[in-house]
Amino acid sequence: MTEHKITTPLTDDIIGKLKAGDTVFITGSIYTARDAAHKKLIEALESGKGLPFDIKGQIIYYVGPSPAKPGAVIGSAGPTTSGRMDPYTPRLIKEGLRGMIGKGLRSKDVVDAMIQYGAVYFAAVGGAAALISKTITGSEPIAYDDLGPESVKRLEVKDFPVIVVIDKHGNNLYEIGKKEYAGKYSEARG
Amino acid sequence: MRTIKSEEITQKVRKLCMDAAYDLSPDVENALKKAMDREISPTGKEILRQILENAKISRNEQVPICQDTGFSVFFVDIGDQVMVDGNINDAINKGVSQAYVDGYLRKSILKDPIRGGNTGDNTPAICYYDFVPGDKIKIVTLPKGGGSENMSGIKMGRPADGAEGIINFVVQKVSEAGPNPCPPIVVGVGIGGTFERCALNAKKALLRSLDEPNPDPFYADMEKTILEKINNSGIGPQGLGGTMTCLGVNIIAFPRHIASFPAAINIECHAHRHKEVII
Repeated sequence: MTEHKITTPLTDDIIGKLKAGDTVFITGSIYTARDAAHKKLIEALESGKGLPFDIKGQIIYYVGPSPAKPGAVIGSAGPTTSGRMDPYTPRLIKEGLRGMIGKGLRSKDVVDAMIQYGAVYFAAVGGAAALISKTITGSEPIAYDDLGPESVKRLEVKDFPVIVVIDKHGNNLYEIGKKEYAGKYSEARG
Repeated sequence: MRTIKSEEITQKVRKLCMDAAYDLSPDVENALKKAMDREISPTGKEILRQILENAKISRNEQVPICQDTGFSVFFVDIGDQVMVDGNINDAINKGVSQAYVDGYLRKSILKDPIRGGNTGDNTPAICYYDFVPGDKIKIVTLPKGGGSENMSGIKMGRPADGAEGIINFVVQKVSEAGPNPCPPIVVGVGIGGTFERCALNAKKALLRSLDEPNPDPFYADMEKTILEKINNSGIGPQGLGGTMTCLGVNIIAFPRHIASFPAAINIECHAHRHKEVII
């Protein structure tokens, strides 16, 4: 289990170093998008309009924050369940998306695309939403304002803490971890 | 007869909702600290450390523990010597509306389940009322996030399935849920009753403090068995592997029909927000 401090955008070099189980601190820009925005991004691609931002090497964070208090950059901002974005993700990876932050299982199609193009899936700690919001230093609207809280934003982050769940080889910490610790609760208690 | 003003209920509910969102309950914090000490997975330990640090930040700064500030659920015990000058349901809903706007909580409720339309203030609240002796009103709130709620389930079993059938059902549901409900989880189990009462009891079971054992030793034992099986799954904090998958299992048993054997599981995340006020 290695610790990395990385800055965006994700290069092949950075991605190559990340293994399932590693702890990572991300600094730089990440994009936010949930279900409705993902649908619009795919529609933009299919209509030939193109994406509203350059996705190459970028990270998308699946989040729907609580409202910001006056003076704050953002409200509490923990991850939402990634699986809901699975139908749209392989296409975005094909377009250049290289990192995703969320929580929960991903589909086989997503993992296949990650292996084919070399992308990484990170987990942020679900429910550590106030802690995570402290690492977000700026927020800028990018697209789909009409979606309100579900619009695409670019967040500036400093040492945003995540764990590599699925690396570019398809090693999956949800599977590895469970296997490693199955049966260990009774053992540990003696 | 004692009269309670509906405005007092509104104000107390407003504060209750905000407290529940910002302030991790002591029994949960204790359980998480114990879990962090016991966890043998380094990743799992670090996750629990982040969760506890998060609780300090949210409490100090009065911001939500989790951005999903949940569906506002209430269990209300109304004393038989109490009258409310107005509609208690309206009073509670008004309190929720004010809390979610004034308290910078996330409004996560859509008016129509299929056609959508955010209600703008997290109403309607879901309220369950009971009538008890006395001259007080006790209001307990359990704001319930979507992630854990989605992993819950019910089985209309057969009496022949027995306790073992229920244990297997509960453990199986938790196993299938994996990382999705944000482990470490709390598990509420309802056994018996009708279809809907069984499910309600599974949620009500979550109200019992993690510090308190089941008053019935038979079910206390069953809770321990289920907890052990779940923690031996290896799912761990956030499903990333470990021994602390579950902080506690609470069972509510209820009389059943001779031909029925329902069991329900309501999975709850590690925020496990629950607060009460007595008026």
